[in-house]
Amino acid sequence: MRVSMRVNGRRVTAEDVWEGESLLFVLRERLGLPGSKNACEQGECGSCTVYLDDSPVCACLVAAGQAGGRDVVTVEGLAGAAGLDAVQQAFMDAGAVQCGFCTPGLIVQAHYLLRETVDAGGPVPDDGEIREVLAGNLCRCTGYEKILDAVRLAAARKAAAAAAAAGQAEPGQAEVGR
Amino acid sequence: MDFLRPATLQQALEAKAERPAAVPIAGGTDVMVEINFDTRRPDALLDLNQVAELAEIGSDGGLLRVGACVSYARIIGELGRELPGLALASRTVGSPQIRNRGTVGGNLGAASPAGDAHPVLLACDALVEAASVRGTRLIPAAGFYQGPKRSVLAPDELITAFRIGPAMGPQQFAKIGTRNAMVIAVCSFALSLWPQGRPAGTGGTIGTGIGSAGPVPLRATDAEEFLAAELASAGLWESGVALPSTVTHTFGELVAGAARPIDDVRGTAAYRRHALSVLARRTLGWTWDSYRKGARQCA
Ligand SMILES: Cc1cc2nc3c(=O)[nH]c(=O)nc-3n(C[C@H](O)[C@H](O)[C@H](O)COP(=O)(O)OP(=O)(O)OC[C@H]3O[C@@H](n4cnc5c(N)ncnc54)[C@H](O)[C@@H]3O)c2cc1C
Ligand code: FES
Ligand code: FES
Repeated sequence: MRVSMRVNGRRVTAEDVWEGESLLFVLRERLGLPGSKNACEQGECGSCTVYLDDSPVCACLVAAGQAGGRDVVTVEGLAGAAGLDAVQQAFMDAGAVQCGFCTPGLIVQAHYLLRETVDAGGPVPDDGEIREVLAGNLCRCTGYEKILDAVRLAAARKAAAAAAAAGQAEPGQAEVGR
Repeated sequence: MDFLRPATLQQALEAKAERPAAVPIAGGTDVMVEINFDTRRPDALLDLNQVAELAEIGSDGGLLRVGACVSYARIIGELGRELPGLALASRTVGSPQIRNRGTVGGNLGAASPAGDAHPVLLACDALVEAASVRGTRLIPAAGFYQGPKRSVLAPDELITAFRIGPAMGPQQFAKIGTRNAMVIAVCSFALSLWPQGRPAGTGGTIGTGIGSAGPVPLRATDAEEFLAAELASAGLWESGVALPSTVTHTFGELVAGAARPIDDVRGTAAYRRHALSVLARRTLGWTWDSYRKGARQCA
């Protein structure tokens, strides 16, 4: 069958998709997006995590046909024109990458956490929240401490940037108030 | 293999009537594992994700009606106040990614005795709504399960929703596993207190559900009746005093006695019985404490 969807903002169509095929297979093998990794194919490891219509899911457990007409964002879609996403940069700076197999899934899931917290004007997530949200992402090289460091670093950088932006905006707002 | 993608409930029911062997797929968190590992090769998949009716949350005559395709994440986010027991159980399912996709409809469809929604559905007297082109019927949760991975659902039926009374008192869910995230229950237990009774005004009752300790999810009816009688005869609902330890102890023993566990890779039957008595005592302690706090606040 043929499956059309939006991936990383682009409309794409995959041909000759087998009806039982996963979204992960289509992304990697038919659409040339090997960022999402295939490790367990049973939802246990999170290395295939992608956004499906704004919610992070295991792409290995979504039937490709179910993604038809929907919006998918993979790790390849996170970097913008300005360069790497803050989470990607923090993973490099904190040394959170060993073999790197778990990294794309962790980055998408951490990106989601920050989108829901700091980016939404909320406080920096605490360690409990970070652990909770990453509970479905396994790192076989077990560098979890550095991974937590990376997420804390990205959160702190984003919070600092938001505070700086607010600081600049405030005088303007005060003027309007007056 | 065919991939069927109905856009409405009517189309979905017609497709299921025409192709009873078609396998419904909601979140896919059970179905896709089986397909990826080649343990299931259906001749058709019936995608339920396009059917808006199945993702609705509403109410019907005092009961909440929760669509079969409502995800665990939505239950936690949108129904935590009305369905605290189900929200607690939902929080223990898999990981955030699994909770974003997995559904109670899929839990019921899979009918695994280890499914985490089942004990709560039992403890809350939930009704499973099943529909086909022949019509719609309501099946009490206690009558839904037939054996490991078997239910009374007919081949042409789909689960469309479950109906459940909003909590009228404290509820708890507890589960034993090897770690905090991503574990199938070794055993689990759900408890609900209904201080006004069901329906309200008929005298306080208790609801229970046991998971992963029998061929089907079970109710501990003797334990429920024992506790309700103790609370009534000693006027404990009114006085709100601490429960005598003999009562919590006996309650735990009766829950353990209601289980029909087996030895398997996740645990022995003896361990499961013991763990259930502990979970029953603990959840009773927690719910009773919050009932007493609530009662004091009202006074
Ligand atoms: C990594 C991982 C961890 C998990 N952890 C847990 C856990 O902690 N606790 C737990 O209980 N489960 C767990 N599960 C199992 C699974 O997530 C749950 O059973 C979930 O509720 C299934 O819902 P779904 O929508 O994904 O079902 P699907 O996979 O889409 O379907 C499951 C079954 O139900 C049928 N079905 C689905 N919807 C309907 C319908 N509306 N009408 C009729 N039949 C239907 C399907 O045909 C299939 O047989 C886990 C799974 C994975 C992969
Ligand atoms: S490959 Fe999807 S969760 Fe492991
Ligand atoms: S870095 Fe190797 S699996 Fe995580």
